[in-house]
Amino acid sequence: MYRGDYENWKSWIQGSPQWFAQGVTAVAASPVQPSPAQSSPAQPSATQPSFGSASAPRSTALTPVVPLLRSAADPGAGERTGRGGGGCVPSQWASSGESKLPGRPSGLTHTDGMDGESWVPQPFSPGPPGGGGGGGGAGSGSGESPGGGHGAAVLLQPEVLDLDEDEDDLEVFSKDASLMDMNSFSPLMPTSPLSMINQYKFEDEPDSKDLFITVDNPESHITTIETFITYRVTTKTSRGEFDSSEFEVRRRYQDFLWLKGKLEEAHPTLIIPPLPEKFIMKGMVERFNDDFIETRRKALHKFLNRIADHPTLTFNEDFKVFLTAQAWELSSHKKQGPGLLSRMGQTVRAVASSVRGVKNRPEEFTEMNDYVGTFSQEINLIDKISHRIYKEEKEYFEEMKEYGPIYTWWSASEEDLVDSLKGVASCIDKCCKATERRIVDLSETLLPVVHEYVLYSEILMGVMKRRDQIQAELDSRVEALTYKKGEKEVLTEEIGKLEDKVECANNALKADWDRWKQNMQNDIKLAFTDMAEKNISYYEQCLATWESFLTTQTDLHLEEISEDKP
Amino acid sequence: MEQGAPELPPGLLAEPLGGLAADPVAAGDEEAAGIGCGAEGRLAGSGDASMTGGSFWSKKIEITVSEAEKRTGRNAMNMQETYTAYLIETRSVESSDGQSVLTDSLWRRYSEFELLRNYLLVYYPHIVVPPLPEKRAEFVWHKLSADNMDPDFVERRRIGLENFLLRVASHSVLSEDKIFYLFLTQENNWKETVNETGFQLKADSRLKALNATFRVKNPDKRFTDLKHYGDELQSVISHLLRVRARVADRLYGVYKVHGNYGRVFSEWSAIEKEMGDGLQSAGHHMDVYAASIDDILEEEEHYADQLKEYLFYAEALRAVCRKHELMQYDLEMAAQDLASKKQQCEELATGTVRTFSLKGMTSKLFGQETPEQREARIKVLEEQINEGEEQLKSKNLEGREFVKAAWADIERFKEQKNHDLKEALISYAVMQISMCKKGIQVWTNAKECFSKM
Repeated sequence: MYRGDYENWKSWIQGSPQWFAQGVTAVAASPVQPSPAQSSPAQPSATQPSFGSASAPRSTALTPVVPLLRSAADPGAGERTGRGGGGCVPSQWASSGESKLPGRPSGLTHTDGMDGESWVPQPFSPGPPGGGGGGGGAGSGSGESPGGGHGAAVLLQPEVLDLDEDEDDLEVFSKDASLMDMNSFSPLMPTSPLSMINQYKFEDEPDSKDLFITVDNPESHITTIETFITYRVTTKTSRGEFDSSEFEVRRRYQDFLWLKGKLEEAHPTLIIPPLPEKFIMKGMVERFNDDFIETRRKALHKFLNRIADHPTLTFNEDFKVFLTAQAWELSSHKKQGPGLLSRMGQTVRAVASSVRGVKNRPEEFTEMNDYVGTFSQEINLIDKISHRIYKEEKEYFEEMKEYGPIYTWWSASEEDLVDSLKGVASCIDKCCKATERRIVDLSETLLPVVHEYVLYSEILMGVMKRRDQIQAELDSRVEALTYKKGEKEVLTEEIGKLEDKVECANNALKADWDRWKQNMQNDIKLAFTDMAEKNISYYEQCLATWESFLTTQTDLHLEEISEDKP
Repeated sequence: MEQGAPELPPGLLAEPLGGLAADPVAAGDEEAAGIGCGAEGRLAGSGDASMTGGSFWSKKIEITVSEAEKRTGRNAMNMQETYTAYLIETRSVESSDGQSVLTDSLWRRYSEFELLRNYLLVYYPHIVVPPLPEKRAEFVWHKLSADNMDPDFVERRRIGLENFLLRVASHSVLSEDKIFYLFLTQENNWKETVNETGFQLKADSRLKALNATFRVKNPDKRFTDLKHYGDELQSVISHLLRVRARVADRLYGVYKVHGNYGRVFSEWSAIEKEMGDGLQSAGHHMDVYAASIDDILEEEEHYADQLKEYLFYAEALRAVCRKHELMQYDLEMAAQDLASKKQQCEELATGTVRTFSLKGMTSKLFGQETPEQREARIKVLEEQINEGEEQLKSKNLEGREFVKAAWADIERFKEQKNHDLKEALISYAVMQISMCKKGIQVWTNAKECFSKM
């Protein structure tokens, strides 16, 4: 029972002064900025509803996802939140206190300055309070700069510890409690052991994962209206902001689409991982044939894990909801946010203004654009070639299957050649099996990776467009400034905001770009190296087969040769 | 007398030309007369039962079909045509130092080879005559040309023709044949010489042979089995060659598509800083991989050709069986005829009519014949019976000798076939091994490039 768990947690926290003190001290001493979104819970407009509660709608599409708990001592947070926009404020899970205190993994680290302009995203790394926190003041970081703030670590203010006095938060929790009942797989333990271990680790390995997701177990659902497939999404985590350490939910493709949309909204210039296609146009007889489902399942699994590995996206609130909410919770959660119409309006504006954004595009982004164009071309070709190879190999395999047995057939009428003929037949059959394995390997390692990057190339193009559009907004205001002198002040303020937005967007993109490129290189290198390996192994197997046949033949042959020389 | 000659057992010089053609040959052909050794050898061998004595070749010879040339000429209908001529060179080998001396060299076209072979089929029906390479390209896979003028086809045919000549030359019986000898040595008028033997007339009619196949009652079981074996062999090798061609086609596709990686990697490497070198060099290896299939499949064609030879040999086997059936049928008919004549004779002698006969009917209708008439008829019959018995005896003898000779050659053929096919299978394995090794090398190189990206 969650409520019970919370009670336990509360008393545990209070009852373990040593740990508690340590944690608190760490917090107090840390230069880390508290989560910017630690505004009072009475600010629904600026914040994402907390886990499970179906409350405040999102104010704008660009509002960052705000963590669960808010600190009352962060008055400026709301403002900052509002200003922070543009996806450059990372979504954060506020630590619920016991986990990750010293070493909160941070997506984006604020290095210097509070104005949010020069943060540097870092790979997912729980670091020491100092490191993990990056920039940020000591406990009172919230007061440091009204305009600043976001970033990094989620070290809690001491104020957080007053939670049990905060009625709203309690309410939150109580709501959660009722919901938690539905969560069939939540363990009784309030915290996972890992989360407790983590507090003592000041120097975690940079890549230690604390969120494990699997997508499996596709099931068909038939209703009067439609038939669809759901997949089981299992999450194991040691993160504190999750109410439990294990979740199991069922999701359908539509839900994944929704999540992707939300992530794109929240972070227009981050590179959101690709989803498998909605339809396969050609060659699909049945929408739900097994291969299709399996391929899709694998891709969905990868999708979620890529998000989990992304330093920023992993803390996205919608992502968390996606992983943990029950079906009805999710649908009510989905209904929040800007309506369809407003989203459509945005799209129209986006298309209209993206063209303008090209004019003042910084050089590096033009280079990026060019790269993306060529990359897209090449990866598409590689995708085609790889599929063609797969097809040719399959056909080769089909013909080979018929070839071996003919030698066996022949051996029936040749008494003196039985061994040789059967030997050849057996070799061909073995090579045939090796070919089959080669084909399977190809379809399991190379093809999905290449295809994923084909989808990525489209995503990149979208990201570039959105960046251009954000820039275009700024440019149009700047232009307007030169004409409309009367509204100078208003415009100047707008421009100021937009400049921030553009800067944020650009920086987000740059950082994510570098990360994406690194990943791409690794993935491609791995996939092709693996393919080469598999091919080598294939030829080695065939070689061994034929060589052993040859030895049997030449042994006998040498005997015969010694008798008569042709 | 021509009749009996072809069926002599090996060892004796087959004298298809007999005395008949010898003169025109000697008269019209300077070369043949000029080679005293050869002529003497032939003459010396006519009565000689030993093999060596009857040979045209005093020394060991080497035969090569060394060149192929496109020619144009006028054919029988006086129309322009293009054909390929092949240069045949014969060398005699000095046994002491192994040096060879060119003794003859002439050009022949495919149709002349066909003529030679048809001649051999008629005059040596008890021999499994080596087959010629195919007239038209069959069992082609798409990259292989079906055009007779295609240089690869011509080259493979050249090899096949050489193989044919070598097989004939190393056959104990066939190598002694004069027409074969002239084929290698008499450039002009050889065709006329062959035709003058009148061998076309001696050929058994297809219809007769077919008839015999259906009606023969007691063929030698070994030949029946051999015929079935021939059918099987033809069937299985055809199927094998067909499927092999399809497999080759597919394999070609797999390799060649990889070549596209080369081009794309090259283009891609232009925009990559760290990955560029690795991509570029990997691409190069993909090109190497794609190109390697051409040689691999070229070699495999030789394997296919070896199998094809035995595909056509199956037909030669069946030809020998057909001849046996024909002779057997002939024998059976002769025996049957003799038996009926004997019976007739008996009936006439004893006056009983056991079977229905026209004579019996007419005598019933028109009255009995006179004793003198009957005597006369009996006399005629007895003569015929005597003749028939003589014929039957000789036919029997012929038949047995044919069977003996043919079976000996068939045994020889079996040995040859087992040896050759085994070699072919081994060489196929060697080809596969070579292909695998190449594959390992290319992909190892590619892997290294990829891992450096």
